[in-house]
This record gives sequence, structure tokens and C-alpha cells, in this order.
Amino acid sequence: MAKVVYEKSRGLTDVPLTYCPGCSHGIVHKLIAESLVELDVLDKSIAVAPVGCSVLAYEFFNCDGIQAAHGRAPAVACGIKRTNPDKIVFTYQGDGDLASIGTAEIIHAAHRGDNFTVIFINNAIYGMTGGQMAPTTLIGQKTSTSPYGRKEESAGRPLLVSEMMAQIPNAAYIERVSVHDIAHLNKAKKAVKKAFQTQIDNKGFSMVEVLATCPIGWNLPPVEATQWVVENLMPYYPLGVYKDVGGAQ
Amino acid sequence: MTRMIFSGYGGQGILVLGEIVATIAMKKGKHVTWMPSYGPEMRGGTCNCAVIISDKIIGSPIVLSEVDILVAMNQPSVTKFLPLMSKGGLVMANSSLTEKIDDSNVDVIELDATNIAGKVGSLRVANMVMLAGFLKKTELFELNDIIEVLEERFGGSRSKDLIPLNVKAIEAGLK
Amino acid sequence: MKVLMKGNDAISEAAIQAGCKAFFGYPITPQNEIPEYFSRRMEESGGVFIQAESEVGAINMVYGAAAAGVRTMTTSSSPGIALKQEGISFAAGADLPCVIVNVARCGPGLGGILPAQSDYFQATRGGGHGDYYTPTFAPSTVQECWDMVFHAFDIADKYRTPTMILIEGMLGQMMEPLEMTKRPPIKVDKSWCVDGNAGKRPRNTITSLSLYAEVLEEMNFARFRKYEEIKKHETMVENNVKDGDKVAIVAYGTPSRIVINAIEELKNDGIQAGLIRPITVWPFPYDVFQSLPASVEHILVAELSMGQMVEDVRLGVNGKYPVHFYGRTGGVIFEPKEISQKVREILKPARELPPARVEMGRGEV
Repeated sequence: MAKVVYEKSRGLTDVPLTYCPGCSHGIVHKLIAESLVELDVLDKSIAVAPVGCSVLAYEFFNCDGIQAAHGRAPAVACGIKRTNPDKIVFTYQGDGDLASIGTAEIIHAAHRGDNFTVIFINNAIYGMTGGQMAPTTLIGQKTSTSPYGRKEESAGRPLLVSEMMAQIPNAAYIERVSVHDIAHLNKAKKAVKKAFQTQIDNKGFSMVEVLATCPIGWNLPPVEATQWVVENLMPYYPLGVYKDVGGAQ
Repeated sequence: MTRMIFSGYGGQGILVLGEIVATIAMKKGKHVTWMPSYGPEMRGGTCNCAVIISDKIIGSPIVLSEVDILVAMNQPSVTKFLPLMSKGGLVMANSSLTEKIDDSNVDVIELDATNIAGKVGSLRVANMVMLAGFLKKTELFELNDIIEVLEERFGGSRSKDLIPLNVKAIEAGLK
Repeated sequence: MKVLMKGNDAISEAAIQAGCKAFFGYPITPQNEIPEYFSRRMEESGGVFIQAESEVGAINMVYGAAAAGVRTMTTSSSPGIALKQEGISFAAGADLPCVIVNVARCGPGLGGILPAQSDYFQATRGGGHGDYYTPTFAPSTVQECWDMVFHAFDIADKYRTPTMILIEGMLGQMMEPLEMTKRPPIKVDKSWCVDGNAGKRPRNTITSLSLYAEVLEEMNFARFRKYEEIKKHETMVENNVKDGDKVAIVAYGTPSRIVINAIEELKNDGIQAGLIRPITVWPFPYDVFQSLPASVEHILVAELSMGQMVEDVRLGVNGKYPVHFYGRTGGVIFEPKEISQKVREILKPARELPPARVEMGRGEV
């Protein structure tokens, strides 16, 4: 009999993912699914999906799931977690959802110290709607609504979400990670797991920002898109732990 | 049906006064409505509430005409509501803060409420002095009815000690 | 034993006694007593109270709590309800039971905080985007506010739909004697909810999304089959039009009580009129206009708006009677004599009427 050397996490359903080739969503889904299984909380978890490329995320995680209005996932998660404090609740949000239309909801979830976990995908672009400029789009980056490149004079500099969230008194754990290579992937997995552990330990609001690729939106082949993360995103968005009330890792 | 307006400055306890009268009537099995003026007036300015007591179901809770009883704790209240009185209606005026009312259309009782309240021990019970007007001039309720409502309202709380002061104010008004 | 209570307080306490376990609100006049009440009582009763960052936040918290299977509610006033419409549409689209209370003030825009009924279209036509309706109850007394809260939760649960209670600022602020009668919630199956019990049952998902046209169409068809049931079984109206009444006056909420006074006034003058008071404004009691006594010659609609419910009345009347309208807005409340005067005008033979005119600001149409 053949020996099983690898299998898909039980934390994911068999529904085929809808993401583009080279996009980071799938790999981040895997990290979440593995973390929920390893922490033995999958069966009591509730996923809150955003509006954006991951709008169907509630179909992919093998636990209860709900779809939220654009930017409102943290408010929806608050409603679920406050009425079910012993369950594990997480939102999965992109940068248009979390850093633009949903800034009020995300800031006040952290502000209240809501005890749920946020996985924040920062790919510096609106993917699903066709590659428009996001608050996280880099200066000079060309998108379908910044065809000459983002200009600071009119659009400001990109929003540093983790740095901002870390200032909020009741945010418990904030880390920015990347998934562009195996070493960083492993670090990202640890961060995701730690975020859920923060929730399990009732320490309050936790968020992991993941620098992610969008080959289609960036108009780059997958390998070059990965390189673009290292060369462009990482210098502006430094990786690291921005807040950890539980002490150093 | 008795249509009443309680009016005065914010802080004179006018809404509570209306509520006490409405509560007594309710306990006597009457239909009642209590309707405050709400809005910017809530903050500092004049405020008023309308109370209707009736043997029948009450339609509109609003009192903009045919006022049977006006409790006016200050001069603006007199100015505003005196023209709305029904013929033979009763005006209870806090003469500490109102000018003499010269209107043959209505029956007037003047109570030096703010001054009496000061003498009794607290300006805050001026509203209670006005209740003496009801006891003197109407047959709506007795002193015991008021005490019963005060005890229900404040009996269990820290403001329990205030009940005797309130009663003293009413009694001073009756003199 | 009766207690003297404000409409806003009655709504709050009724919700708690009806089993509301989570309240999410945001300050706005004239409904502030409600979140204040919940902030006190939820602490005592072990429920959830959150003052959200916005009305948008509050309705989405309701969406989450409803999805998690608990009875939940939010309240606001007109501009705040406008902000909630996105969330209400999502809740309708995801078939989530919850109760929304609108203690209405006057608009448009910031408008004013005084009472108005100018949110009728918003309440009865869905209010947000997409094909949906929200069963909407319009009580006219504090006692009815109390009773309707229990009912609104039951209807929400029974049909898996957001429901709304629509009152004006007046009813929220006024006090009346209240009998705090309790009724147990209806028993419903909530095994569809997302409360994180996937280990004990197949996992659940809640969404208003479908990327397949035929699937989404069927979801909408199913929802409208549900609406047909609601129309059939849950339409409520108080019809006091008697044989001999020449004019049927249609009004809802507190203004209907002003109409009662007008009808009394008219009676003293020998003019007979009767009141039709829709208690549900969606579904609207259209049928009532097809079985009125033969004596009825005119319909008058009285609203604190420039004329919104009048459109539903016309649909119900369907040309059978002339439909007249009288309205005040901006927080001005009509007096009984204005309504009785309007009735007298309506009943005047045509040749005696002065030339037609439009009274601006009086809502004459």
C-alpha cells in the first residue's frame, strides 16, 4: 500500500478554489485550515467571508461560514462572537474590504477588544473588481484607476494597517507576514496559529496581515509577482510583530 | 376628560410632576397619557409635558388647545399657554417666578412655590409645592395618593430619605 | 398591574422579555432611551449590549447574532435606519430573523428630531437594494408597542425574515399605562444557524450570494412565496368604518389617534366618518377598501408626510372611491380640527367649492 506523504487539510472542503494561478489566497487558506485543525477548534469555528476575491471563502473552510457585506465582516464577527463567546470566530478580509470601506468596523472591533481573529490579505490592489487602486497600493504602482501610477499628491501614501492597528489599546496581537517562500510561509503559519491561540486564551483582538500576490491585478507572471512582493511590498511594509500583549514569541 | 399642561424651566422637575399626576390617575383606573415636549428644549430651556386623564380611551395625546389645568412654573409658561386655556380652566402659577395673572376667563391659584421650597429646605421640591394646588382646587386626588406614588417611586432607593421633604413641601403649599 | 411607561422603554423591556439576547445600537434622537435601557438591563439579564461604532456597525452585528441563532434587535431613527438599509437587505437576502425599530423623525437629510411618518416608503418598499420586503408593524399605543415587539420577533422567527417596528418620535416619548403581559416565543427550528457546532451536525453556511442566475432567481422566488404566505396570514388592520359613515379616514400610528378625535368632532356636527388603521403597513391591508359599507363615498388619508401611504390606499381602492390626502411635515402634527375641516371640504358639493389651489406646506395634493 502506498504511504500517504501529504494530504489536503481536513480544515478545507472539497469545493474547488476560485482563485487565479499564482495568487496567495489558496496558500493562506491552507495555513488557516491547518491551524484550526492543529489547535483542535475546527468544529467550533465560524468563518466570516468578505466582499472581494475571497467572497466565497465560507465555501472553502470546513466549518460554519457566513458571508458579510463589504467591509462589515468585523461587525458581523462581533455579533457572532459576543453571542457565542466559547466559539472560534475569524474574518478573512482583503485590503479594499478592511483598509478602505471597512476601516470603521476593523478599528472599532480592535477598540472594543473583540476576541476574534482577523486574517488580512494585503495585495496592494482591488482584485475582484478588476485591479483598481487600494489604500495599500504603492506610490507609482499602476492600477486601472491609477493608470499613471499612484501619486502621493492626490492619493496619499499607502496605509500601514498593522502599524495603525497596533496603536489601538485593546488590540492584543498584530503581526505582518509574507508567504513568498518556504521560510516565510512557516513563519506565517506560526503567526496565524498564534493569532488563534490569542483568541483561545481570551486575550482579545488578533490580526495577521499577509503580504500577498495578485499576478492578474499586477499584470505579472506568478514567479515575477512573488519577486515583486520581496522587492516592492516588503520594503514599504516591514514584516514583524507589531503588538503582542502575551509577550515575545 | 381633563387636559393638563405642566411647564417650566428644565430642572424644575416639571416632567416628574406630570408623571406623578399621571401615575396617580392610572392607579385610580383612569386612562392617561403623558407626552413631553422633546427636542432642543430638553437642554436647559423651557420644557413642558401634556397629561390627559380620561374615563374613556384617549385619542390624541397632544394638548394644544382646551387646556383644563395649566401648571406654570415660570413666566414663559404663562405667556405660552394661557391663550390655550379653556373657559373656566385652572391655572396654577408659581408666583415666585410669574407675574400676576389677570384673566377673567380662568381660575387662578398662585403658589409661592420656589420661595416655599427654599424655606422647606431645597429649591428642588418647588414642583411638589405645586401639587398643593391640585389638593386645594381639584378633586382628582388626595395627599395620601401622592405619598403612595412617592413611596413606590423612591421607597427602595437612596432617595427614600427625600420623601418626608417632598411631603413637607406639599404641606407647606397647603398652608 | 399596570405601570406607566414610555413607548421606547416598553419596546426595550418587551424585547428582553421576548427573549432578545443581543442588542446593538447607536445614539440618535428620539430613540436614545432604548439603547440606554438595554445597557442597564442586559447587564442584569445576562444578554449582550453593544454601542456600535455606527448604525452600519450595529445592523451588521445584528446580522451576525441573528446568523448565530439568537433573538436580536437594533433600533434607530430615520437617518440611522437609512444607514442600516445595506445590512437589512443582506439579512433579507440571507433569510435572517431580526427586529429593527425605527422611531422616526422628520427628513430628508438631517431634517429634525420631531415626529414624522416620512419613512413609510423606506419601510414598506424594502428600503435597501434588491427584491425584498420587511414585515412592518405600526403600533399606535404604548400597549401595542409592547405587544408588537413579541409579535415582531415571532414573525421574524417563523418566516426567517427581518421585521420592523415603525413608530414616530411621539409614541417613543409618550407614557401610557401598560400591562406587561408576557407570551412565550414561538418554537422554531434554528438548526440552520452558524453557531460553530459543525462537529455535531453538517456545517452550515449563510449567504445572500449566488453567482448562478437560475439559482439566485429560485432563491428570490422562494422568498416571494414566503412573502405571499405573510400577506395571506399576517396582514393586520383595525377597521372601524360603520354603515352610515360617508368618509373612511386612513391613518396609522399615533396620528390615527388624532383622527379619532377628529371623528368625534365630526360626529358632534352630525357627520359620520370612520377610521381604517393599518397595523401592518407591509403587508398593506389592500383588501379592506373593497368591502366597505355602501354609505362610504370618500377616502381621506392623513399622514405626517407629503403623502406616502396614500399611494398604497390608491392601489387598494383601485378607482372605487375618490382618494383625498391631508398631511403635515417637518415635525408639525396636525390637530383634530384640521382633519375634520378637510372632511367637511370633501363632503361639500362640487359647485360650492372654491377654485382648486395648492396649499404649499400643507401637503395638499
